[in-house]
Amino acid sequence: MPEPCEPLQPCEARSDTSSDRPVDLAATGTATLQSGPRSRPWRRRPLPRLRWRAAAPRPATGGPVPGNRGLWSDAWHDLRRNPVFLLSALVILFLVTIAVWPQLIADGNPYQGNLAKAQDGPAPGHPFGFDLQGRDVYTRTVYGARASITVGICATAGAALLGSVLGGLAGFFGGWWDALLSRIADVFFGIPILLGGLVFLSVVTSGSVWPVVGFIVLLGWPQISRIARGAVVTVRQQDYVLAARTLGAGNGRMLLRHIAPNAVAPVIVVATIALGTYIALEATLSFLGVGLKPPTVSWGIDISSASTQIRNAPHMLLWPAAALSITVLAFIMLGDAVRDAIDPKLR
Amino acid sequence: MGRYVLRRLLQMIPVFLGATFLIFFMVYALGDPVAALFGDKAPDPATAARIRKDLYLDEPLWSQYVHYMGQVFGGHFGTAFNGQPVTELMAGAFPVTLRLTIVAIVFEVALGITLGVLSGLRRGRGLDTSVLLLTLVVVSIPTFVSGTVLQYVFGVRWGWARPSVAPEAPFTELLLPGVVLGLVSLAYTTRLTRTSLVENARADYVRTAVAKGLPRRRIVVRHLLRTSLIPVVTFIGTDIGALMGGAIVTERIFNIHGVGYQLYQGILRQNSPTVVGFVTILVIVFLLANLLVDLLYAVLDPRIRYA
Repeated sequence: MPEPCEPLQPCEARSDTSSDRPVDLAATGTATLQSGPRSRPWRRRPLPRLRWRAAAPRPATGGPVPGNRGLWSDAWHDLRRNPVFLLSALVILFLVTIAVWPQLIADGNPYQGNLAKAQDGPAPGHPFGFDLQGRDVYTRTVYGARASITVGICATAGAALLGSVLGGLAGFFGGWWDALLSRIADVFFGIPILLGGLVFLSVVTSGSVWPVVGFIVLLGWPQISRIARGAVVTVRQQDYVLAARTLGAGNGRMLLRHIAPNAVAPVIVVATIALGTYIALEATLSFLGVGLKPPTVSWGIDISSASTQIRNAPHMLLWPAAALSITVLAFIMLGDAVRDAIDPKLR
Repeated sequence: MGRYVLRRLLQMIPVFLGATFLIFFMVYALGDPVAALFGDKAPDPATAARIRKDLYLDEPLWSQYVHYMGQVFGGHFGTAFNGQPVTELMAGAFPVTLRLTIVAIVFEVALGITLGVLSGLRRGRGLDTSVLLLTLVVVSIPTFVSGTVLQYVFGVRWGWARPSVAPEAPFTELLLPGVVLGLVSLAYTTRLTRTSLVENARADYVRTAVAKGLPRRRIVVRHLLRTSLIPVVTFIGTDIGALMGGAIVTERIFNIHGVGYQLYQGILRQNSPTVVGFVTILVIVFLLANLLVDLLYAVLDPRIRYA
């Protein structure tokens, strides 16, 4: 939709398309990478289900908020009182801490094994038991946080940066770049992510986190760019942006001072939720044997090697699996809480 | 309507070409299919060169791609390394995965919409909160974890289902794998139904229906649900393609010889014709499912008319 709105016609339907879509996307939980594309806001097709919602209150992007508080301080005010947010933030804080300093709570060596104890159950000093090589499952579970958190944060940062810059510029300038970007994003959405990951990563021999991060950024940015584009298109049509333009603001100033601060909220929400799904994706790829590879300590690798032994030693699988699920859950819950705070419409 | 379908079909062409070229590029440019053909042994240079010439692999990538696509549209997907035509592999694999996907979709639609409606109608109460929390938990458990654990609990410990599926893969044996495959989507369907229902419950036409004195059941089913299901239908449409491609993990855990199994084997052995052929079909399925969803809009919502 690069063509500008006619000033005299109500642009409700269109601006609502772009403002509601990101919210819907987040509202479904996440647009996960595992299950592919969810919404295509700029498809040139009628999106009538949004038309009869035109009267619904907008997310408070940029609008004056009663009580003299801005969107962010208002959201922060809500978040501080939300137990879900506090709980997930605490869990994430803990995970990040042990990702940086695993020695804090685990003084063993994740690589040191004792074959005599292979697959043994819990023992004093080894609460989670031992794995196939006789390595301490507790130590490995703690050290596994580093790989997951690194991949999650780096991939999200990369995808969010690339996606919001490309999508934001496309939404702001429109024209052929916008159309081209839409088609490119469509192409990336046409590839099932797990298949793309298997094909792309199976030719990579390095077992470090960086190929995985690069791949997730490569297939993750279109999702963010759609959200960013939609948000920018909405904000661009607001009166205060027109006012700034009339006062002679240049493109750079408009983008940085007026548009970016007001369009960043949906991107933050989607990126937070995506962080959780990226962690799950990394573990899935590692499980399939193409993501991280030993000697990197990763929950996905440990679950993969434990899954063949599940009849003898279920504890080998359950602990890393629980750690992985709790990590993903914490990030998704955080994104959910942030969305509720930034977009109170859904309450 | 006809013009709309035509326009959509035309729009699909660049997406199809781009997606298949990307996969083609990854398989043929990043990997070496001729070296893969020889497995662990180093190929004789003269033989390798002859195979390259026979298979057009000495030509530039774009011309290889054009040649490949020409063959695909003639129905020739090439032969796998073991000499079996790829079409034969497809004929064996796609029905199995289709059955698996049907089980998953039926499961997520039936349970997801029911749960979504129940919690949406009781917004903010105990049931609603617990359903929302439960869906979050389900979303955070990756498929490979839930698959392995459920296989262990139901298949091994309790013996309710077969932990490993026979090659023929009848529906009865696919129930557990189907549930595993549809579990994450079930959570999305539930949340989407709930959100959409809650938003539409405030719409004017619902108030009108209430004012007319219609029974509550009729308002919910005929007025509220019909419009609320539109985003759910979109999701399920895109999900069909995603489930068929994402069945790799489930099929690996339960040893189902479907598309994911063949693809996984193909990728591990760098069996290029198999990989590109299967992915091409999956991309087509995915794009057609999206088109079908857009057409379904018109059926579900009479206000939509495609010109």
